[in-house]
Amino acid sequence: MRTIFFIVRKEFLQIFRHKVMLPLIFLMPIIQLVILAHAADFEVKNINLHIVDQDKSQASQQLISKFQASRNFNIIGYSFSSRLAFDEVQSGDADLFLEIPPHFYRDLIRNNKASLQLSVNAINGVQAGLANAYANAIIQDFNGEIRTELANTSAGTAPGGLSITYSNWFNPEMNYKTFMVPGILVLLVTLIGMFLSGMNIVKEKEIGTIEQINVTPIRKHQFIIGKLLPFWIIALVELSIGLAVGWLVFDIPFVGSLWLIYGFAAVYLLVVLGLGLLVSTFTETQQQAMFISWFLLIIFILMSGLFTPIESMPEWAQAITRFNPVAYFVEVMRMVLLKGSGLMDIRQHCIVMLTAALAVNVLAVLNYRKTN
Amino acid sequence: MVPAITADKLTKKFGDFTAVNQITFEVQKGEIFGFLGANGAGKTTAMRMLNGLSRPTSGQASVAGFDVYRETEKIKKHIGYMSQKFSLYEDLTVRENIQFYGGIYGLPGREIRHQIKELIGGLGMQEYANTLVKAIPLGWKQKLSFSIAIMHRPEIVFLDEPTGGVDPITRRQFWEMIYKAASEGMTIFVTTHYMDESEYCGRVSIMVDGRIAALDTPRALKEQFGASSMNDVFLQLTRPNQHGS
Amino acid sequence: MKQFGIFIQKELFHIFRDRRTLLILLGMPIVLVLLFGFAITNEIDNARIAILDQSKGEMSQKITQRLLASGYFLIDENLREVAEIEQHFREGKTKMAIVFPPELQENLRRNLPTQIQLIADATDPNTATTLINYASAIIGRYVQDQGRGQAMPLQIHTEVKMLYNPRLKSVFMFVPGVMTVILMLVSAMMTSIAITREKELGTMEVLLASPLRPAMIIIGKVIPYILLALANTVVILMLGAFVFGMPIKGSLFLLALECLLFVITSLALGILISTRTESQQVAMLISLMMLMLPTILLSGFIFPIESMPLALQVISNIIPAKWFIIILKNVMLKGTGVEFIWKESLILGGMALFFIGASVRNFKIRLE
Repeated sequence: MRTIFFIVRKEFLQIFRHKVMLPLIFLMPIIQLVILAHAADFEVKNINLHIVDQDKSQASQQLISKFQASRNFNIIGYSFSSRLAFDEVQSGDADLFLEIPPHFYRDLIRNNKASLQLSVNAINGVQAGLANAYANAIIQDFNGEIRTELANTSAGTAPGGLSITYSNWFNPEMNYKTFMVPGILVLLVTLIGMFLSGMNIVKEKEIGTIEQINVTPIRKHQFIIGKLLPFWIIALVELSIGLAVGWLVFDIPFVGSLWLIYGFAAVYLLVVLGLGLLVSTFTETQQQAMFISWFLLIIFILMSGLFTPIESMPEWAQAITRFNPVAYFVEVMRMVLLKGSGLMDIRQHCIVMLTAALAVNVLAVLNYRKTN
Repeated sequence: MVPAITADKLTKKFGDFTAVNQITFEVQKGEIFGFLGANGAGKTTAMRMLNGLSRPTSGQASVAGFDVYRETEKIKKHIGYMSQKFSLYEDLTVRENIQFYGGIYGLPGREIRHQIKELIGGLGMQEYANTLVKAIPLGWKQKLSFSIAIMHRPEIVFLDEPTGGVDPITRRQFWEMIYKAASEGMTIFVTTHYMDESEYCGRVSIMVDGRIAALDTPRALKEQFGASSMNDVFLQLTRPNQHGS
Repeated sequence: MKQFGIFIQKELFHIFRDRRTLLILLGMPIVLVLLFGFAITNEIDNARIAILDQSKGEMSQKITQRLLASGYFLIDENLREVAEIEQHFREGKTKMAIVFPPELQENLRRNLPTQIQLIADATDPNTATTLINYASAIIGRYVQDQGRGQAMPLQIHTEVKMLYNPRLKSVFMFVPGVMTVILMLVSAMMTSIAITREKELGTMEVLLASPLRPAMIIIGKVIPYILLALANTVVILMLGAFVFGMPIKGSLFLLALECLLFVITSLALGILISTRTESQQVAMLISLMMLMLPTILLSGFIFPIESMPLALQVISNIIPAKWFIIILKNVMLKGTGVEFIWKESLILGGMALFFIGASVRNFKIRLE
């Protein structure tokens, strides 16, 4: 125990000897959390729309004013020519343009149908899909109004009087930040923990101090625990600050038990830090360690369900996520914080994490060689 | 009396390259044993096998009565080591380094505090006690490393090129420290390529290309080779043809 | 010049000796592009839903079959009471519950108003919205079919053209992003660490004492990384083109020039970081926090900049990656020429000059 204490103290002294480390470890991630929570928003707002109105009728005016009234669209220009509109999309000023052809209104009355054309910049497929959906909703709405006005038939009531109601549980305001903040917090804690631990032992190798440690009677597990503990403490403090920010700044509901979050985080961090140390034991330079950590992390993060739902992935990819600790923690954070899931609900997550923690750290201890 | 170190046909191969080739010797307790050789002769590799950092390929050896294959961790309780590469933490202060190594070797808290005072006082480094190690002069760094390596009173201390790059006065002071440690009963195993330093040793072995080419007291070696200095002995062993002309 | 050549050779040795890092550097872009192309998507299918059928009639069964036939939904569980819904949501697998009221069949026969309730787990608002939209549409269509849909009058038909990416492949969006992240990683993060490493190990002093001019030392250190970065670019583009059928409409020459410009900007950033740090760990953390995360999240790579709050939109302007991604999309997907991207290119060039200037200044201060 005493030996471990001495290593932990030494690590803390070294980490914070560099004046920049304190703000880098504690302040930057929090700033990142605040910025990223605002940035990581899949809700599509302010779509730039250009309108080509070749009809210039009362109806086309009515349609345009509906677009003007929409929160999602931002009309940046009007013209008569679709070429001009296309240039606007080409230059990136407009995201899409709506073409109302000549005689649109006349055709609608005469032929009982008419057409509009929507051209969307679809490089970002998701955004394009949503923009298209919003625009279509407005057009349908407009269609309904026209119908009521002109044909005097009530629009949209289904026969039989069947209607559909819906409710959104746990997040009735559909706040995307509520969903993202717990996930981003996992990301930040993981990044800091994995990189610091991943570069740690290898730094002693690179500088040569590890030799001096290896000729001492220190036990391997004492060394690994002593190396792990400082980062474990730092990461938990980091998590606490992040949770406080989530609560104060983002109004994240803490529906479930905080103890459960901390309990799970404690085990999760053992996995992540253990992985970092494991990387550290089989690399020779810090650069190498950093790259391997980075490689692991980027796959972990992309496959964690943080940004895109795991359910959308193909089967084989979903199978991979079962080996991804980040995916487990992201899910647990969201389940416990937002839905109030209890220990029984996340028992499988806990079992997997405990097993992983044990396996990774035993491997790290075994792979650390005092004798070559 | 059991010797402090015994080696019997100790060998280390890296692939096809034999770094240490069947070396056999004994070091008695309290002896200052010099391990000489050119750079790359296999001194450091041999030392690393003895202090448990490197696993021998074949042969036998024991240190402080413990086997170098099976009992490396026991060996580590009884030895001190000062590696060729400077191995104190540059980003810790002198005091913090002493504290850390004292703790790792399991010295009790009171003993550590005592050692800090003793050691810093003994070296006359009071003004540097709270300075980062990277900021103190090289000579002092080496003396500090040595003091830390013997802080836990090991039976045997291994010194790998302890005086590399140090000025003559500091080297002199360094050897005084070694003598003092030996007089307290410590066995000293020291590698060097300064031939004049070998005169300070009780016995020396000279390694050439992984083998021990000669082993005796400095005086006996000089007689045997008819040389006036250890430097001569060394030159005869390493470049026999040139010297013979 | 000969010394300079030898120096570059040493740097190349450093990189090529280290097989593991090299493997990762060359393998990472491939893995990333493949992941984005095959595994990561926002489209939802096979979402697990729970059904609480209190009516136990023909209609509820038919609707359920329709939902299943769509491929969007999988039935996770048939529930018996309302209380079970929350329990299922808490366990995390079920994303939506559909409640058919007991009087469904009866009311429909008598033509009375009836409600089918959709309850979504809205912790992920986007999935919730999408699922409810899908389900409503499917149920709505079923109901319309039942009414033998008399054609609605005054039909407005909207013709939709998806420009540049007709099938809405997300890989088109991600290839430029992945390219940017990899170039940033190799150029900025690697160089900042490689240079700091020489400082930490003390070999920088030795190099500075050599007859090579300091500027040459730095250039020599970064040249191998430029080569690596360009190799990565080629690999990513080839993958995009041959595996995912991503077009490169603009001029290849222009594309190469722009990539080089971005690599230089990133290298300058990496050098700037290394002039301010003494330890590799600090260099790494700074690169990570100030470069990588903003590059991934504020550049428009994953999240559209237009949807961000104004303050972030302003901040995004100082991120080189943002401009590079705009350039890439223009050249690759739209096939535009210099006339559309000269502004972005100038901004990148200006940034590079600024970073180089700042590094030189820092370097001089340190030497004095």
